[in-house]
Amino acid sequence: MRDLILKDVSFSYPGGFLAVDNINMEIKAGENVAIVGQNGAGKTTTVKMMNGLLKPTAGDVLIGDMNTKNYTTAQVSRVVGYVFQNPDDQIFHSTVEGEVRYGPKTMKLSPEEEDRRVNDALKITGMDIYKDENPLNLPLSMRKFVTIAAVIAMGTEILIFDEPTAGQDIEGNKRLSEILKVLHEQGKTVITISHDMEFVASNFARVIVMAKKKVVRFGTPQEIFWDFKSLEHAMLKQPYVSRVCKELGIEGNIIDIDGAVEAIMSR
Amino acid sequence: MDIIMECKNVTYSYPLTKKPAIKELNLKLERGKFYGVIGENGSGKTTLCAVLRGFAPSFYKGEIEGEVLVEGKKIGEYGGELAKKIGFVFQNPFTQISGVKDTVFEEVAYGLENFGVPAGEIERRVIDVMRMTDIEHLAEKSPFELSGGQMQRVALASVIVLEPDLLIIDEPTSQLDPEGTESVFAIIQKMKEKHKTIVLVEHKIDLIAEYADEVLVFKDGAMIASGDKKEILSDMSLLEQGAALPQVAILGRKLQEKGLPLSTIPVTEKQAVEVIAEALKERKR
Repeated sequence: MRDLILKDVSFSYPGGFLAVDNINMEIKAGENVAIVGQNGAGKTTTVKMMNGLLKPTAGDVLIGDMNTKNYTTAQVSRVVGYVFQNPDDQIFHSTVEGEVRYGPKTMKLSPEEEDRRVNDALKITGMDIYKDENPLNLPLSMRKFVTIAAVIAMGTEILIFDEPTAGQDIEGNKRLSEILKVLHEQGKTVITISHDMEFVASNFARVIVMAKKKVVRFGTPQEIFWDFKSLEHAMLKQPYVSRVCKELGIEGNIIDIDGAVEAIMSR
Repeated sequence: MDIIMECKNVTYSYPLTKKPAIKELNLKLERGKFYGVIGENGSGKTTLCAVLRGFAPSFYKGEIEGEVLVEGKKIGEYGGELAKKIGFVFQNPFTQISGVKDTVFEEVAYGLENFGVPAGEIERRVIDVMRMTDIEHLAEKSPFELSGGQMQRVALASVIVLEPDLLIIDEPTSQLDPEGTESVFAIIQKMKEKHKTIVLVEHKIDLIAEYADEVLVFKDGAMIASGDKKEILSDMSLLEQGAALPQVAILGRKLQEKGLPLSTIPVTEKQAVEVIAEALKERKR
């Protein structure tokens, strides 16, 4: 298992638009990390560089000793799986199972291994009950899980989820939490972009804040969500319970309901 | 009560389906009120929007029973003038963009052109709305060059510029960051101040709690609860029905269970701070 390192990385789109401006990141193998920040902060461009869809225009993206510059996107995507923000950018098969099987099929696995991967991925995401459906008949929130299953089935050591919480109901968010837990137990590195601060606070050990094309801060959710300077700079907000605790003058960097209950009751 | 819209025992099924997507719905929408529609995915929220706009069944076909009345008149009896009365913002902004206009400015002006509004007035209204929705800087861009979040704001602008009496908005913030989301709610609030009626489907329940007047809860095509937001959003039994409740309501409930004497279950941040501070004081006495 390899660490993921971004060293002095910038990216300009053809035409000159600078989307990421000289950032550094170090994500350890097996870490579960969230990236937060405004629309346009450079989050999606950053993760697309991690999976080789984009190559940095300056600096290096390293997966262990593998520099993405020297490999094709197809080669990098065998190590880093990426779930697109919009599932419809990714879906092209007529059944859920076909969609999930497509990746493993290209990998020349034994039939047993291929089946195992497909079935596991369908099960982890809860998509097994829809395996014969046409993904395009499923609602958007479910199509997202189809694309997550397709990437999990590839068996990559690093996975990236781009805004999986968008449009999810509470059941969907619960399912995402469970998927993150299972992948973490399997030792995978998972990097998730999300606008849902409650989801970030309760599912990740480490948070990266991006703003205006740069990395503002790395930290635990407790550190990040009580660092008002960084939050303001990135135009982010504390989770609701943290805001209530702040107003009540309750200390202890509270970020979730159970923490808040304990702190308030012990006053 | 000034009722702008009413559903009388409405059941609707999409073509080739057996199970109705909306079941025996009875609903009165009062003019000037802001209704938040919540419930798990697949519960019928988007179909409700389509029924209220008349797209189900006029566009989607399918079977409808019961009556949908707009200002007392059957919705099917309206022609094109319904588009002036009811504005509709689709869940997927790509569906909203006309595809026939080259710039965002023209896109936002498109509806007014169709209504035959004089050119000078179009320009004034479009500029006002673009300012309000913070998309002025995108005026000269192609609608197809926009990010998902920008497109959502353009879609919203292209509808509110028409100043319809009733606005139906389906998940307008799914692609937006927290700041962008708050700004969309602020825009909707301004529409409410203009005495518009608003029906908003939204998963971000804490913002519904902040801004809406009434909440409608859907599950399996049926409206299982409706009423004042304070009453609905503090009803813990709805959690078992797949509906989300505000973080502060859940916090309040858990504090009550631990024995903190909260006078009421809060639904907004401000209420939570007030009732918890009061209860802590009470306990010290």
